Amino acid sequence: MSKIDLKVNGHAHTLDIEPSTPLLYVLRNDLGLQGPKFGCGLGQCGACTVIVNGAAVRSCILPASSVKAEVTTLEGLAPNGRLHPLQQAWIDEQVPQCGFCQNGQIMTAKAMLDKNPHPTDAQIRETMNGTLCRCMSYYRVQTAIKRAARTLADQSPASQKEVVA
Amino acid sequence: MSVSHGIPKQIEELLVTNRRGFLRNAGLLAVSFGIYGGAGLAEANAQSTASAQGPGPYPDLDFRQIDSWIVIHENNSATFYVGKTDPGQGTGTGFRQLMSDELDIAFDRTTCIMGSTDITVDQVGSGGSTAMERDSWPMRRVAAEARRVLLQMASTRLGVPADRLAVNDAVITVKADPAKHVTYGELLTGKKFNVTLNGNNVNSVTGQAKTKSIPELKYAGHAAHRDDIPGKVDGSTKWAADVKLPGMVHARNVKPPYACAKLTGIDESSVKNLPGFIKVMSKGNYVAVVCEREEQAIRAARQLKTTWEKPSTAPFPASEDLFKYMRAATPVPGATPTVAGGPGAAFAGAAKTIEAEYEIPFQGHTAFAGAHATADPSNGQMTIYSNDMKSYGMRRGVATFLGMPNDRVRVTYMQGPQGFGRTAAEDAACEAAWIASELGRPVRMQWMRDEETAWDTKSPAFLVKMRGALDAQGRLVGYEYNARSCDYNHLGYNEPDTVLIAQLMGQRRARPAAGSAALPSDMYAIPNRRMIGEVVGLPAVWETPLRTGNLRDPNGPQSAFASESFIDEAAAAAKADALEFRVNMIKAGTNDDNGFRRARSLAVLEAAAKKYGWQPRPSPGPRGTGKILTGRGIAYSFRGQTVVAEIAEVEVNRETGHVWAKRLVCAHDCGFVVNPESLRTTVECGTLHGLSRAIHEEVRFDTEKVTSVDWVSHPTLRHADVPEQIDIVLVNGDPNPNRPDLPPYGAGEASLKPMLAAIGNAIHDATGVRIRRVPFRDDRVLAALKAAGV
Ligand code: FES
Ligand code: FES
Repeated sequence: MSKIDLKVNGHAHTLDIEPSTPLLYVLRNDLGLQGPKFGCGLGQCGACTVIVNGAAVRSCILPASSVKAEVTTLEGLAPNGRLHPLQQAWIDEQVPQCGFCQNGQIMTAKAMLDKNPHPTDAQIRETMNGTLCRCMSYYRVQTAIKRAARTLADQSPASQKEVVA
Repeated sequence: MSVSHGIPKQIEELLVTNRRGFLRNAGLLAVSFGIYGGAGLAEANAQSTASAQGPGPYPDLDFRQIDSWIVIHENNSATFYVGKTDPGQGTGTGFRQLMSDELDIAFDRTTCIMGSTDITVDQVGSGGSTAMERDSWPMRRVAAEARRVLLQMASTRLGVPADRLAVNDAVITVKADPAKHVTYGELLTGKKFNVTLNGNNVNSVTGQAKTKSIPELKYAGHAAHRDDIPGKVDGSTKWAADVKLPGMVHARNVKPPYACAKLTGIDESSVKNLPGFIKVMSKGNYVAVVCEREEQAIRAARQLKTTWEKPSTAPFPASEDLFKYMRAATPVPGATPTVAGGPGAAFAGAAKTIEAEYEIPFQGHTAFAGAHATADPSNGQMTIYSNDMKSYGMRRGVATFLGMPNDRVRVTYMQGPQGFGRTAAEDAACEAAWIASELGRPVRMQWMRDEETAWDTKSPAFLVKMRGALDAQGRLVGYEYNARSCDYNHLGYNEPDTVLIAQLMGQRRARPAAGSAALPSDMYAIPNRRMIGEVVGLPAVWETPLRTGNLRDPNGPQSAFASESFIDEAAAAAKADALEFRVNMIKAGTNDDNGFRRARSLAVLEAAAKKYGWQPRPSPGPRGTGKILTGRGIAYSFRGQTVVAEIAEVEVNRETGHVWAKRLVCAHDCGFVVNPESLRTTVECGTLHGLSRAIHEEVRFDTEKVTSVDWVSHPTLRHADVPEQIDIVLVNGDPNPNRPDLPPYGAGEASLKPMLAAIGNAIHDATGVRIRRVPFRDDRVLAALKAAGV
């Protein structure tokens, strides 16, 4: 065991754990977060996705001690109880079936839109392709991403300027 | 809240937090497991128990009491308790719509608690797409009766006969003097109804009141957002996987490395010094390790040294030899053919005969996450937290397996990765319960990815031989369907003697379940038919990962792949358009039933064709010369009384063999639609599940073990496979405007069933090559194209 420091969704934590412990188990079992999930433990499905340094990463294969930057989980997308446009789009499009994969879908989409606010259909398919869903909600996920991208564009300072002008 | 019938408040609130419809409006506070879960909770319940020998704290609920189904709160809101589970198709929201309508209360002032055995009546859970078709009826009748009783109470209170009262949104008003009114909440003031209903079983339970007709329904029949979705997108839903209890430990299985392997040794010293190690648990060939923390249990399970002896004969053939094996196997005796007309004479006099044989491999649930369950043995009771869709069966199964009385066991149903039938969630629950009862501590069991993919139950492999006789006009006048399903020792739900841990501990049934092989479900008027479904078994039926169990319409996709591909072959042989060929055969018939199956078959076929823009022509179509060949295929089938027609447009890459379904159309008639919004999504996802089984899914194995163990060795549909366009057409085929509307039938399974054939038919239309074996993976398609010189 050794002490590691983690910053998650704006809160700092010091934990006494095996340094090789995958981040996923620390988030779920030590910090009580429910967004990231165990799906495969192999980096193949995306269930455990969190955002670190702007990138969607798979916490099931990431040693907790290797994480130096702040971690954002699904819970961290709506810090003041106001849903992120992606979460709202997920409700508007009624995306989930069982919903177990949706953490991965939403967090992967978030990292994509942060870097590329106007993805093409082909870019959406490519970026999301490693994020699996066994209920097959894919078509809805893609529709919801496009909806969220429109909302984000409408909210962006550039478009607000246009409205004012 | 509902102290009225002994529901532990903390459990109720816990379940309510997952269902936002009510939470938002009634202002309930979310609670966490940490506060209420575990020993504290069991203790609270155990207080009602006189002694360990007396009756347990979890007796069966009485379905004849309104109070078992509906609680009216003082703030004039209502909680519905139903014995169903909702694995993500929105049935819980649908029940709320129907019950709100019957009770006459605003939908927003209700919530619905589902499938937890100590607080909801036994309606089995879910399965077979029966939620609306069968199980919504008792709920509706009880809610209608509750409304009638409340009207009677208001009549007494207000001194006005009930027929002079009006109800709107849980407020009863004197029609002649609207200033006089009373709410449901004021009438009951948090007390019970204390009204006994009639009926010998839960499905026949009824009061005196009539249910409403479809035009009287205000919520049902209209789109409503699902109440479970907000918690699933903001991270607040408490899943079965999230349960944490004081003193809880983590267990992982050590599965036999081969089917039918005999455990010969465990070297505990290989893990004894690992951090957090608690114990190796083993009996017979069952082995698990228990550690304080999850990652410790994973490590210990990997590191534990065990030795095993291989069986003396191979438990099964390798997957590439499966169909050869099935062809030669001796079927389980007892199957009898269904015969109409004289097929022998029809074939003898045929102008043309055609023959084909279709192969569908084992396909798995391969749930998105490994099976899991948490078991709490506190105070001599057993509580299981599980996402299994049949919580009541799980309660009985676990009780029998552990030798505990039913009334000391309860199962709390919570959300989880989709449960489309008999999943390993049941195995995980028995494992958690056994370890918990041995250790005396709460145990969380979680299957890893390789266990889930290799060892979860499979839908049976099918081999189907078909023959057809065409007359001189190209009509199909003779038809033979011979199916063989590899399904002997099909596992039922929550059977204490067939769950995996019981098998590994050495339990055997004297008579394994016979399994089944379904027949086609079409309405084609083919005068001479012979159809038979036989079952064969693999050499080993116990302690093998190739165990079969129900998966989303257990035999349907296999049987429909064969029968609807074959009809296409017959149409092609007759040089007829595939849609017209089907329509003509349905129109030639006169059979019908109270589900208007003939007329509704025509209605969905026409609706799909219209949406797609189907142009009649024989198949295959003119083949292009480029790299990409394009074609379309149609297929249709029934699941119960629900009928579906699907059209697929595919692009086949001649150079790689890759098949992309560019466009899918699904016309779906399940009678009365309770929530068109959630139905559309469910149908869309079912359609894509069919596509995944058509192009990707196959369980592979060598002669010792299953070799499909993850998402690389067992591919599934991905984002890049998704069609450019999917059209769902909800049909309510109404052949006769004078008849009452159709009741709700099932949905969920039906849209999956014909998709395998639709894709196969489209590939044939595009390439002229008929592939009679799913999945249509690139290598298989490419080999078939090459062999045909395409
Ligand atoms: S659980 Fe991490 S990628 Fe599957
Ligand atoms: S919604 Fe169930 S796995 Fe994606």
